[in-house]
Amino acid sequence: MSSLTRKEVEEIAFLARLHLEADEVSAMQTELGAMIEHFKVIDGISCEGVEPMTHPIAIDLPLREDIVEPSMSTADALRGAPKVDGDLIVVPAIIPGAE
Amino acid sequence: MTTAFLSATEIARRVKAGEASAVRILDEMMLRIQRFDRELGSLLAIAGDEVRATAVEIERKRKANEPLGPLAGVPIVIKDNIVTKGLTTTAGSKILAGWVPPYESTVVERLRKADALIIAKANLDEFGMGSSTEKSAFKKTRNPWNTSHVPGGSSGGSAAAVAAGLAAAALGTDTGGSIRQPAAFCGTVGLKPTYGRVSRWGVIAFASSLDQVGPLTRTVADAALLTQVIAGHDPRDSTSLDQLMPPLDTVGQVKGLRIGLPKEYFADGLDADVRKHLDATIDALKQQGATIVDVSLPHTALALPAYYIIAPAEASSNLARYDGIRFGKRAEAQDLLDVYMKTRGAGFGPEVKRRIMLGTYALRSGYYDAYYKKAQQIRALIKKDFDEAWATCDVLLTPTTPHAAYRFGAKATPLDMYLGDVYTLACNLAGLPGLSVPCGLSDGGLPIGAQLLGKPLDEQTLLRVGAAIEAAVGLGDKRPTGIGGLA
Amino acid sequence: MSKTIAQLLEEYEPVIGLEVHVQLATHTKIFSGSATQFGSPPNSLVDPVVMGMPGTLPVFNKAVIELALRLGIATGSQIRTKSRFARKHYFYPDQPKGYQISQYDEPLLEHGHLDLLLGGAVKRVNLTRIHLEEDAGKNTHVGAVSHVDLNRAGAPLCEVVSEPEITSAEEAAEFMRSLHRLVRWLGVSEADMEKGHLRCDANVSVKKRGAKELGVRTELKNINSFRFVQNAVDHEIARQLRLIESGERIQRETRLWDAEAGQSYTMRTKEEANDYRYFPDPDLPALVIQGDLMASVVRSMPELPIARFTRYTTAGISPDDARTLIGERALADYFEAAVTAVGDNTKARAVGNWIVNELLGRLNADGKDISSSPMPAAHIGALVKLVEAGTISGKIGKEIFDESYKTGEDPAALVEKKGVTQISDEAQLWEIVDRVVTANAKQAAEFASGKDGLFGFFVGQVMKQTQGRANPVITTELLHKRLGR
Ligand SMILES: [Mg+2]
Ligand SMILES: [Zn+2]
Repeated sequence: MSSLTRKEVEEIAFLARLHLEADEVSAMQTELGAMIEHFKVIDGISCEGVEPMTHPIAIDLPLREDIVEPSMSTADALRGAPKVDGDLIVVPAIIPGAE
Repeated sequence: MTTAFLSATEIARRVKAGEASAVRILDEMMLRIQRFDRELGSLLAIAGDEVRATAVEIERKRKANEPLGPLAGVPIVIKDNIVTKGLTTTAGSKILAGWVPPYESTVVERLRKADALIIAKANLDEFGMGSSTEKSAFKKTRNPWNTSHVPGGSSGGSAAAVAAGLAAAALGTDTGGSIRQPAAFCGTVGLKPTYGRVSRWGVIAFASSLDQVGPLTRTVADAALLTQVIAGHDPRDSTSLDQLMPPLDTVGQVKGLRIGLPKEYFADGLDADVRKHLDATIDALKQQGATIVDVSLPHTALALPAYYIIAPAEASSNLARYDGIRFGKRAEAQDLLDVYMKTRGAGFGPEVKRRIMLGTYALRSGYYDAYYKKAQQIRALIKKDFDEAWATCDVLLTPTTPHAAYRFGAKATPLDMYLGDVYTLACNLAGLPGLSVPCGLSDGGLPIGAQLLGKPLDEQTLLRVGAAIEAAVGLGDKRPTGIGGLA
Repeated sequence: MSKTIAQLLEEYEPVIGLEVHVQLATHTKIFSGSATQFGSPPNSLVDPVVMGMPGTLPVFNKAVIELALRLGIATGSQIRTKSRFARKHYFYPDQPKGYQISQYDEPLLEHGHLDLLLGGAVKRVNLTRIHLEEDAGKNTHVGAVSHVDLNRAGAPLCEVVSEPEITSAEEAAEFMRSLHRLVRWLGVSEADMEKGHLRCDANVSVKKRGAKELGVRTELKNINSFRFVQNAVDHEIARQLRLIESGERIQRETRLWDAEAGQSYTMRTKEEANDYRYFPDPDLPALVIQGDLMASVVRSMPELPIARFTRYTTAGISPDDARTLIGERALADYFEAAVTAVGDNTKARAVGNWIVNELLGRLNADGKDISSSPMPAAHIGALVKLVEAGTISGKIGKEIFDESYKTGEDPAALVEKKGVTQISDEAQLWEIVDRVVTANAKQAAEFASGKDGLFGFFVGQVMKQTQGRANPVITTELLHKRLGR
């Protein structure tokens, strides 16, 4: 018995934009299910009033002066890009303004 | 006479004194890499003309009596999740195959300034996710002491290369034990500094609140030397501590020091052979005047679930940028959704996918409080355990791993694999410094590591105790013999 | 016969909440040192951080917090002394990291308000929050592909979120105008609408008048001009009312406004809604507002436009003029400098008139703004002083204004030079009036017999004799006296 349904696995994979083959979905269901079972041990721990530890060290956010640093060249910026057209990165068409 | 197993400290001394040539040292290392790494599989990209030019320049400087840095002529390999400008950096993932970074990481910049020779990139579990280096998308790294055993991970390439004398030192990264565990498996020293000591600028993030860069070396003194060079405040990393690294020494002086033994780290599941070597280590320290104190870290058992919620959650976020749009490989795709799904589906290996899935699961709306937030609260409890322990001791001594290096494929399920990290995770969750130092060979001839955990910023005490262990029960002149002709 | 929108609006009331993204006027991006200027070649204002390259880390720009605090103080917001950045995840080509660094449950500013001017009255709209975040890049759509330019990625934004307290499209547009005026006033943003410095999303629903429960809302994206806000919201209210009228249900969805077509269309339905998986950004410790920073920002705060509006109208200036005068801080400052030059606060209304009716028209025709006015405030003040004291007539005043505007000369000096001082001396004027009436005895007789229209003729004659310098009030009085009626 797994604590994760196949559909849930597929939904999570979609959220993470990971294409999974059918056998991968099955494996995930088992493996993630086992991990989630293992996580149950924390359910019983009372953490009332405990401040979540977001950072391992207690420092304030450093502030940077608003001074322009030289940009990297467009050529350097785009060198690793799989598909470009001149100075622009190219992707398959997207719905205008989505997001 | 080979220079392959000279310490970094000794190489730098000789190069500065004109007793050894940086070019000759480089050439010998490159020859060894050619000869042995086909079997060892510790390295990915190998530096070419530029490192030779650096060696030539070091020679020129020496002859011109110009000052040389503390790592003059020391051949170093860099774990491949650390960015090296102009040298292919992949994080062990197909999704980044062939990426040549246009910028430099702070740690490598500091090594270069210290006149080190950056000779190659070291293999790793993909994005640092793994404990055996079996999860690299590119190659299998073998343990130089016995090639049918794993080198540990995720800094397995770094550990194997240093142990096998293919580099004098290496940089690794440690998110849940990824420096200390392979150091233990390969018989090297490995230091994970206090979180914030070493800049993460240019370190390809796995779990940002846990990741830290540190050295893997053959001696404790070398670990101190490298730490001294790479540590220090960096304005490019907002989590970098604005603290000066004081000069480190490795005087093996433990008299009067209170060494704590957390009982949870010596409980069931600890291999008898490892236990035996730890007992010998404890005896040696006692003989040298250390006080041994029993302590308890009651939330230890919760480190594993907390870690495997926090680390994957942060990873799922950090790895969202690998989409085949600005860098890396893009899969053939019809539409934009396809670009994302297929690029990521094909580009990431199974372990990375598993962690992205786990992290995405934990961060979903409605699940956040029960998982991520709860795990961060447990993290606070774990930190508190340590804070309380420091009332009765100055440093903690534990085994680094429950057992020595295992055979390839021995860990059947992901959970089995994760359970091997039980002793190393809490250190990252609490942001503490941790050192693994060899404390002998197992009956099967594999190295065993002792782990020291220290107060925040107290790398110094770890190194001193580490030096005492090294002197008393370390590997001495023993060299790995898994590959013929290595030593 | 179906009801008209106007009829439906008697039964239903619109409920509108706005989310406005304001680009802050910094030199560099919020988390890296690349420049933020507009109109540069594509992908030229980028660095490894902006590109989201592996291994890069954000470092926060100090100027952002100073500007945001100004906006926070001006809106009366509660300032969180320890706020946090969070990651908001979604995949999109203009979002280089796969997440946006934003603020989630611990935003910098909360519970403020924005005051709008509606027909001379002030309406207060409460603000839920104002948080800091980074901008995305820009996608351009070209047939089968889209182009990505990341120049704008990482530009610093304040997202201003209103409570759903706006009740009409006009109010929504006014909210935008007020915010626009405020952020320019404070120097928080250049607020150039053409450059997309202010971008608005609107949440629109309608409910039965008096009902407590809100209707299903839709979100309109990307309405980036005052006019578009008004048109898009109006259109959406009408669309929802017609749906209700025809018995259909309103879908919870995100719609995109097409300004050219004057229509909106569905972009994303609720089922497709994102799960953003917010969590505190581990790369960024908490943003702590230190007392000295806070104190220095408080010290630098100017008087706010609405406060000035109230002060001006209290001083007798018409709401319309007052609204114009607070349109820009430089203009309001100019106005106050001119009043100071007059040295008499009771003349504020006249000063306002001259600026609004004469000066702004001229500047506008010349394509200039107040800061490049050829007439310094002191000159407007001098002019008003001359007219109000009766030294020159209003008509001469306009001539002097023209001359001073053209030459930059001081009106007082011009009046002196041209000898156009108004004649208000009764004895002197009586002499002229008497001479004019004597010389035009025929017209005087006709006027006496009731031909009223001739009065203007006599005024004209006196003005002619005095080159327009005769005080019109005294002249009128004396003419009546001399003409006998
Ligand atoms: Mg929003
Ligand atoms: Zn926003």
